[in-house]
Amino acid sequence: MVERAHDALVASSASPPPILEVCDIRAGYGRAAPVLRGLSVVVPPSSVVCLVGPNGAGKSTVLRVVSGMLQPRAGSVMLKGEDITGLAPQRLLARGLAYVLQGHSVFREMTVADNIRMGAFTLRDKAVVAERITMVRDLFPLIGERWHALAGGLSGGQQKMVEVGRSLMLDPDIVLMDEPTMGLDPKSAAVVFAQIDVLRQHGRAVLLVEQNARRALEMADLGCVLDLGRIAIEGPANELLTSPELGQLYLGGRPRAARPRPPVSEQEERHASHH
Amino acid sequence: MSLSVHGLTKRFGGVVALDDATVEFVPGVINGLIGPNGSGKTTLFNIATGLIAADAGGVTFDGRRITGMPPYRIARAGIGRTFQVVRAFDRMTVLENVLVAERRTGLRELVRSAIRGSEVDRAMGWLHRVGLDHLADADAADISYGQKKLLELAAILMTDPALVMLDEPAGGVNPVMIERIGDLVVAAKRNGRTVLIVEHNMEMVMSLCDHVVVFDRGRAIASGTPDAIQSDERVLQAYLGV
Repeated sequence: MVERAHDALVASSASPPPILEVCDIRAGYGRAAPVLRGLSVVVPPSSVVCLVGPNGAGKSTVLRVVSGMLQPRAGSVMLKGEDITGLAPQRLLARGLAYVLQGHSVFREMTVADNIRMGAFTLRDKAVVAERITMVRDLFPLIGERWHALAGGLSGGQQKMVEVGRSLMLDPDIVLMDEPTMGLDPKSAAVVFAQIDVLRQHGRAVLLVEQNARRALEMADLGCVLDLGRIAIEGPANELLTSPELGQLYLGGRPRAARPRPPVSEQEERHASHH
Repeated sequence: MSLSVHGLTKRFGGVVALDDATVEFVPGVINGLIGPNGSGKTTLFNIATGLIAADAGGVTFDGRRITGMPPYRIARAGIGRTFQVVRAFDRMTVLENVLVAERRTGLRELVRSAIRGSEVDRAMGWLHRVGLDHLADADAADISYGQKKLLELAAILMTDPALVMLDEPAGGVNPVMIERIGDLVVAAKRNGRTVLIVEHNMEMVMSLCDHVVVFDRGRAIASGTPDAIQSDERVLQAYLGV
């Protein structure tokens, strides 16, 4: 499967040039051990590529490097064929790369309306801004309903909707999303996945990090499994979904009774010691 | 230990987060609290743990009114909670984060400590259980978001609470580790604790919970077993969107 997946990636990146090419990235934080150890990933146009993997595998770090928030120690990042390695985030925004952060990043003391407008901060054409606002409000009716409310007073899920809406204001070619459905109720999560699909249908690419892995792989074109700072497995998302080894290692969902794991009890806790 | 909510009301500006909400959570089992974003679930958590004040109504824990008590006293009364958006002490190590969760004071605590083994051993035990023992000496600032959620869970369990309140424990955590968290929650129940979970991961809620309460627009609209909830027309419309 891995070889076929690789062929598929090469084939898809051969004809139309990829939107994004991440090549042999090494990166980390401070003096701590490197998080990424030679990671490569390709995002073809109009496609959704989903990164999955254990907590701490380096998924968010990939997005930080691509978005210019973290300087890699080695390797390169190409956006639409141009080398963007090490460019500042604001310059990448202008080139068509948007980034929706993990956790919460709304301006809490500002209204929902102003938060959305901040996404178009660099635009001068008021007609374009108005058009994009209408688009965002159509996609997320709840944003329209709470238009004049302070963003800090919204629930966690509502704030995430505002962040996703804000990221669309510059009409990006590729959107990086770090766990966009985290904290969203099932209906809202479905809205976000539908929105990602709409972006793809409109020729945009999405590089997605998602722990809701099954759901994300169901709608993604390609999936990459990160482990220990490298891509361990990659391929068409639907093949990853049905891969037994992957299911066991990363997707969970084994029958509860069949799990060969010692019970967690307080007896055990009392005797637990530092290995 | 039972947690009861009576006529709880909370407004933020013009928004009614809790609207005369009355709920009885079942002691000794795993309670699930679900509902759309903005239906008041986290506000209920925040009032129950003393972080914000209610406009009207109150919360009782084990028959004792806790509304109006400061958070540290509610914690000492036996309620431990985690947060939807993680909080960790970034300048401490992972192990230190678990150790500070339980500040020991007085003779009783010393005796208890002597009986139960050293705090470091217990803290390492919990880190092992959430799969973070290999990162014990790392700075909390250097671990990932999902790992911080697991760290928070370890810190809460370290305090040995009678009521464990978890605000979206599965959010940002990988599927395999979600199952591990499920095991920890079941173990907590087996050890006589009451658990209250706010979670959008329906697989987790429906497989773990004994009793599920559904919130919509600031009040409970349904409660019952997972099976009953999943076939409730109002719940399907308000929440599951099918």
